[in-house]
Amino acid sequence: MTDPVAITLRGCAKTWPNGTRALHPIDLHVHGGETLALLGPSGCGKTTLLRLICGLEQADTGASIRFGEDEISQLSPEDRGVGVVFQSYALFPNMSVMQNVAYGLRVRNINASQRERRARELLSLVRLEDYADRRIDQLSGGQRQRVALARALAIEPRVLLLDEPLTALDAKLREHLRVELAQMLRDLRVTTVIVTHDQDEAMMLGDRIAVMSAGHLEQVGTAEDLYREPASDFVAEFLGTLCRVRARLHEGMLIAGDDTLAFRPHEVQLCAAHANVLTGRVLARFFLGSSVRYEIGLDDGQRFPVVAAAHSQYAAGDDVSIALTRTAAVAASPVATLS
Amino acid sequence: MKTSTTDTRLGLAVTLAVAAFLIGPVILSVLAGLTNNYFVGLSSGLTLRWVAEVWSLYADTIWRSFAVALLTLVICTLVGVPAAWVLTLHHGRLARALEELLTLPVAVPGLASALALIVSWGTVSGLRGSVWFIVIGHVLFTLPFMVRAARASMQGADLATLDEAASTLGATRMQRFMHIVVPNAAPGIVTGALTVLTLSIGEFNLTWLLHTPLTKTLPVGLADSYASMRLEIASAYTLVFLLMLIPLLVGLQWLAARGDRPISTTRTSS
Amino acid sequence: MKRPGWMWFAVPAATLFLAFWLLPMAGLALIGAESRNGQSAYWAVLTGTQYWVSLFNTVALSLAATVATLVVSLPVGRFLARHRRFRGRRLLISLLMFPLAFPGVVVGFLIILLAGRQGIIGALTKWLTGSTMVFAYGMAGLFLGYLYFSLPRCVGVLTAAAEQIDQSLLEAACTLGASPWRRFMDIELPALTPALIGAGAMSFATSMGAFGTAFTLATQIDVLPITIYNEFTNYANIPVAAALSIVLGLATWAVLYVAHSLAGTRASAGA
Repeated sequence: MTDPVAITLRGCAKTWPNGTRALHPIDLHVHGGETLALLGPSGCGKTTLLRLICGLEQADTGASIRFGEDEISQLSPEDRGVGVVFQSYALFPNMSVMQNVAYGLRVRNINASQRERRARELLSLVRLEDYADRRIDQLSGGQRQRVALARALAIEPRVLLLDEPLTALDAKLREHLRVELAQMLRDLRVTTVIVTHDQDEAMMLGDRIAVMSAGHLEQVGTAEDLYREPASDFVAEFLGTLCRVRARLHEGMLIAGDDTLAFRPHEVQLCAAHANVLTGRVLARFFLGSSVRYEIGLDDGQRFPVVAAAHSQYAAGDDVSIALTRTAAVAASPVATLS
Repeated sequence: MKTSTTDTRLGLAVTLAVAAFLIGPVILSVLAGLTNNYFVGLSSGLTLRWVAEVWSLYADTIWRSFAVALLTLVICTLVGVPAAWVLTLHHGRLARALEELLTLPVAVPGLASALALIVSWGTVSGLRGSVWFIVIGHVLFTLPFMVRAARASMQGADLATLDEAASTLGATRMQRFMHIVVPNAAPGIVTGALTVLTLSIGEFNLTWLLHTPLTKTLPVGLADSYASMRLEIASAYTLVFLLMLIPLLVGLQWLAARGDRPISTTRTSS
Repeated sequence: MKRPGWMWFAVPAATLFLAFWLLPMAGLALIGAESRNGQSAYWAVLTGTQYWVSLFNTVALSLAATVATLVVSLPVGRFLARHRRFRGRRLLISLLMFPLAFPGVVVGFLIILLAGRQGIIGALTKWLTGSTMVFAYGMAGLFLGYLYFSLPRCVGVLTAAAEQIDQSLLEAACTLGASPWRRFMDIELPALTPALIGAGAMSFATSMGAFGTAFTLATQIDVLPITIYNEFTNYANIPVAAALSIVLGLATWAVLYVAHSLAGTRASAGA
């Protein structure tokens, strides 16, 4: 494959004919060869952004989309050279697996024997060589996903786009394919954008993650950056669980106070209750195999979860004091008063 | 929940009565066309002479009806399938208006459409007396049925998404239409084709006004024979007509039954 | 997606329709406004008594046939919906639907076979009472004809609608103490009303526009399609024929539009 190209989006916005804003102007840069995950809840505009990149939707005027140095925002989807894996896979039922994979080459007038050779190459890449002559309805979900990927890769795309590639599959298969896909994407070194609403998927598949909400880009960074230093409440709460408590931190322990503290459940250390610090009560204990989850309640009614090591032995009803090993960025919005 | 026996009995009685009312005369007609002498009844013996006479008198109408039906089908397919695709892709007001407009020739009595055609195009030399005049009328009347059947297939198979996928792979519009849309809409197109053939063979209201003595179709011939021929011939002619219809109707029924078991393109198992 | 590009695919259909239907129809409408004897044909049509009689006959007959068809189709639809598995069901339904493909001429002929001069009913009554009962050639025959081609359509629509009634609603009513009659009146009938209206409107419009049937039975029957035909063929009174056609066309289209919105199906006018 040729040198990987970078994708540069500038001022990309999308307004629907009825006036609703799907995307506010977005600037985004995807490095050549990297995999960027677009993460966000449904309706945040991530799929719309993907469709802008491949040309199935037209951005509002003033937008610029560049692959490397080429401005492609005025090109139709046929001319952009983007490989797309659709959420429903969109495999052609009237063609066999081989014909599906070779379709992009067929419309480029590549002769039949070359097409077949390349299609078989890709089918062995996704480990479906023996399925070349099957019909689409004879394949399982996981197999269809791999055919869709092979088909998109057959045209040697400059950019690869995947729309919720694993959502349609059941949980066990999803876990297994996630690892496979991550490895494959790393080996291919094609610039890739993946849309997903699943944070684990985003963290595993993406070299970087772009979190989106309501048509805006909230934050772009590696999984670690986003997790440890979320730029906003939304990002903090979207990636992992966030606890928010109105108290004050003194020498690493929680004492009464009016600061808003935000931290992750496993960044907490429970110890025996003692004077001068905030006392919490263990309301419930759940053994989860590799860890233990406590529900901790404070006297003023606040509650938050704590995740501890599997050997942690507090029981429901115990009084504990709370130490924080680290806090996340202090949340700007105050915690609602629980009455 | 069990239905009461009176309810069932009443329902069955009415149903059988209706079936008798509808099919009785058909059977009568078939018998009349095959009996030597209708007045004497079945005891006069069965014969094919009336059918033979029908053939000698009206063979040209039968061939012409076939020809008109086939020409109508070809035009409907060439014009209707692309139109159906446009209507599947577009959801705007213009598309909906076109859809409504296309069904007007069906909602309005054939008499009116025929009159309009005659008044506007009847003076064009060569057209008025040719088969094409009738074909045009038939196309106007059957086009909405082809469009509707093709559309149903296109929407059911979610061809819009497949079209998007093909476009990202680099296929031009015409390539997408020929490689993806038409093959996958085939069931609907075939149903539409059978419907068009059936409707065209049986079309009378338009054709009666549009025809000339040289361009008679089967239903036109039937009307003639009802008015002027003896009962046995008229019945035999009707029998021939029914025989032409039956394979088409059986085909339509078979397709409809197949449609109840759709070939699914999505499966949730692994 | 450059949507406008696809519009070209609809151009053949649009052109065909424009050239051979829309513009000719507009032309017809204009001809209806032409005058003979100093008044536009529309005026003559709307004020002429003979046309009103024709209209009245057509509407009355169509209405009567529609009501009769619905009354008969309802038990059939319910029966077929309730009993979905019995031997011969497929055959029975095929027999009931077969006449859908018959043109009006054939229906007329079948009515003649039934009730004409040499019809089976005539033979029966002759055998029973000595005098032959013949009624195919007048309004009664036309009424039977309308019934004949409306029944398959209505039975089809009503069976489909009855099959969709949620049985659990009827079961709930039963457990609440409702008698079969009440269950029918309070639950089934309201659920079937849209289909009844839709099927009824379809039958009505088809009967209004029926030409072939009336033509075969006798050209003397005074219904609108025959009147239009006579004006055109026998009197060469094109403006009046045009005016009547436009009026009839508007009426059937309006009725079918209502049917489509209520029953969700489309149908043709004319048999």
